[in-house]
Amino acid sequence: MDCIKQREDLAPVREILDGYPREQRFLLAILQDIQKTYGYLPREALETVRLHLDVPLSRLYSMATFYKALSLKPKGEYVIKVCDGTACHIKNSQGLLDELKRLLGIEPGETTVDGRFSLETVNCLGSCALAPVMVINDVYYAKVEPDKIREILGMLGGKGYGDI
Amino acid sequence: MGIFRSRPKRTVLVCCGTGCLANGSLEVYRELEKMVKGAGYPMKVKAAAKATGCNGLCEMGPIVKILPDDIFYCRVRVSDVEEIVRETLAGGRVVERLLYTDPAAGKKVRSHKETAFYKNQLKIALRNIGEIDPENIDDYIQRGGYRALEKALSKMKPENVIAEMEKSGLRGRGGAGFPTGRKWRHCAASDDTPRYVLCNGDEGDPGAFMDRSIMEGDPHSIIEGMVIGAYAVGSRQGFIYIRDEYSLALKNMSAAIRQAKEQGFLGESIMGSGFGFDLSIVRGGGAFVCGESSALMASIEGRVGEPRAKYIHATERGLWDKPTVLNNVETWANVPVIIDRGSDWFSSIGTGGSKGTKVFSLVGKVQNTGLIEVPMGISLRKIIFDIGGGIPGGKAFKAVQTGGPSGGCIPGSMLDLKVDFESLSGAGSMMGSGGMIVMDEDTCMVEVARYYTGFLAEESCGKCLPCREGLRRMLGILNDICAGRGRKEDVDTLLEICEALREASLCGLGKTAPNPVETTLRYFREEYLEHIRDKRCRAGVCPALTQYYIEGSLCRGCGLCAKNCPAGAITGKPGDKYTIDPDLCIKCGRCRQVCKFGAVSIGGGAAV
Repeated sequence: MDCIKQREDLAPVREILDGYPREQRFLLAILQDIQKTYGYLPREALETVRLHLDVPLSRLYSMATFYKALSLKPKGEYVIKVCDGTACHIKNSQGLLDELKRLLGIEPGETTVDGRFSLETVNCLGSCALAPVMVINDVYYAKVEPDKIREILGMLGGKGYGDI
Repeated sequence: MGIFRSRPKRTVLVCCGTGCLANGSLEVYRELEKMVKGAGYPMKVKAAAKATGCNGLCEMGPIVKILPDDIFYCRVRVSDVEEIVRETLAGGRVVERLLYTDPAAGKKVRSHKETAFYKNQLKIALRNIGEIDPENIDDYIQRGGYRALEKALSKMKPENVIAEMEKSGLRGRGGAGFPTGRKWRHCAASDDTPRYVLCNGDEGDPGAFMDRSIMEGDPHSIIEGMVIGAYAVGSRQGFIYIRDEYSLALKNMSAAIRQAKEQGFLGESIMGSGFGFDLSIVRGGGAFVCGESSALMASIEGRVGEPRAKYIHATERGLWDKPTVLNNVETWANVPVIIDRGSDWFSSIGTGGSKGTKVFSLVGKVQNTGLIEVPMGISLRKIIFDIGGGIPGGKAFKAVQTGGPSGGCIPGSMLDLKVDFESLSGAGSMMGSGGMIVMDEDTCMVEVARYYTGFLAEESCGKCLPCREGLRRMLGILNDICAGRGRKEDVDTLLEICEALREASLCGLGKTAPNPVETTLRYFREEYLEHIRDKRCRAGVCPALTQYYIEGSLCRGCGLCAKNCPAGAITGKPGDKYTIDPDLCIKCGRCRQVCKFGAVSIGGGAAV
């Protein structure tokens, strides 16, 4: 239960469900919309989907854990995606990741306790000419050197993390 | 001056592919649009600013092209816009400093067509990209778009369309290379209905963005291909499965479908032919295995994307157990050209078993990073050294990786290998969807194998045991080797697991997963042995097997390394020699990068 801080307002879920025909094939699209609205899949929302589409909760859970776009835990205010595609990998994306891990004190897939930063790795952003790349809330940072990380996090209000 | 006066209307094309967007091309485009359309500027010529898809040379973005003069500006900033409008658009003069310097010739070139990067390419699937505004269907039609569809619907029977595809020799561009015409024939031969046509736009290979560029830059070519395919196999409903991360591709594809419906290229009785077909988009959920055909179909049905055994082909029982044709983005984009220009023309390009062209994303340690399209049969050397401009920084070429995570690494001794389906498979790699990653001497091949195996272990859906457990075991062994805990018998164990995976996995992911390990073992076995036996990583990539030290004779005592060391491991006084404390060193390699005198060297854990 630690992931649910308060009961979420479920009105947007009903709106999302009304936007699709009542067929199971729209399940993934519905879950993606919920993910976009809340930043994760709140349990109450999944219960609502379950009743609406008449599917077992276990199936929603299997979808939520299978697809990378879906998450059962709330994401941070800033979602940092470090590209670890091949081009970025051979241009030292690991160095970026290590520095982010060191400064934020979290592993990929985790969120800082204050809910400000989430750290993720992605397979490829298809921007290999800019390698190594990271994306923070849809803003691209191209050809990032590990020693730039401190500055970038500082600009996003990361004071007080690690030695920033 | 003279040439400008005779042509009144000029078009400015701003590349808005993801690569250029990330470099700030949207701001350039907005500024251009503002200045071109805005009142008050004394313009003699009319210019229209247009946002286009990817031009390919992402390295040099943002790219701005001016037609019909054919001027090619690169690395354009917002601050350059005023000058471009004043000098080129109004004054008809070229802004020299924004021109591209061709590394091969070492001089500035005016048109992109003069550069080695573009000169050696042949564009079929990418024919319109960078030339048209993808959000404007008229641009596509003006360049001959939907002409092939009209030809197919008015002059050809479905049977003729299939025959034409078979004759063209087009093979699937998604990886496996199955003949497209044969696939369509199987589906059309089924007596079950409804039938579906699908487009796989779930490009998941790391280091590959061919399909993304086509969906972003020329969405109508895919739609037109799919309508022709649907007509050939008798389908009335199609789906395009697109990666959720590809936001621009999703936006442009949706807009294109809407426009195609408005203009009667989709929907009931297309172009008055009586044939009807509808198309919708399905967003992927971010799972690599969903690029596999049966997993993709499961995902469209709203289930977890797990593959199934394929005793029965999808062309017989695919989506919702109905006959289904699934082709990838690039394959569909080839279809209209083949119908329009004929199978004889298409099959005259390429080699015996591989016809036409292939799009590659040329990335990694190569001068010109970007998207290229070349005729089948071209040599790797030509791609990497002529089009790609060779390896940057005077480093030595080590290997090129093709075919995505389950492809293989090809060494320098095989650079004259022809790029086609047969030759690449023969070398232990594969065509795959078209990622081509160049690696130089600073790349550790054992670590590359570990990287791909780690990727595949992570993305294995876990349904079948050989893939789930085999990959995990292989990753464990490779992690050990990279960490200096390698054992003599590791190489044999790896090969044994590889064989089990190839023989016993359920789907293509597991069956091809041994390729990275097998090819690196075949061509770079010595590096494995150095890791295991000598505890040494010659590329200086594996931290446990690498020691940085400063060559006293080369150090000038500038102190730049100490300033840049994030771990504070370098000590010394300015003007004096600096030294690295191996206990504090975190082996990030920063000192080696910044040293201007090449004084930082790499030694092995045991031997130097």
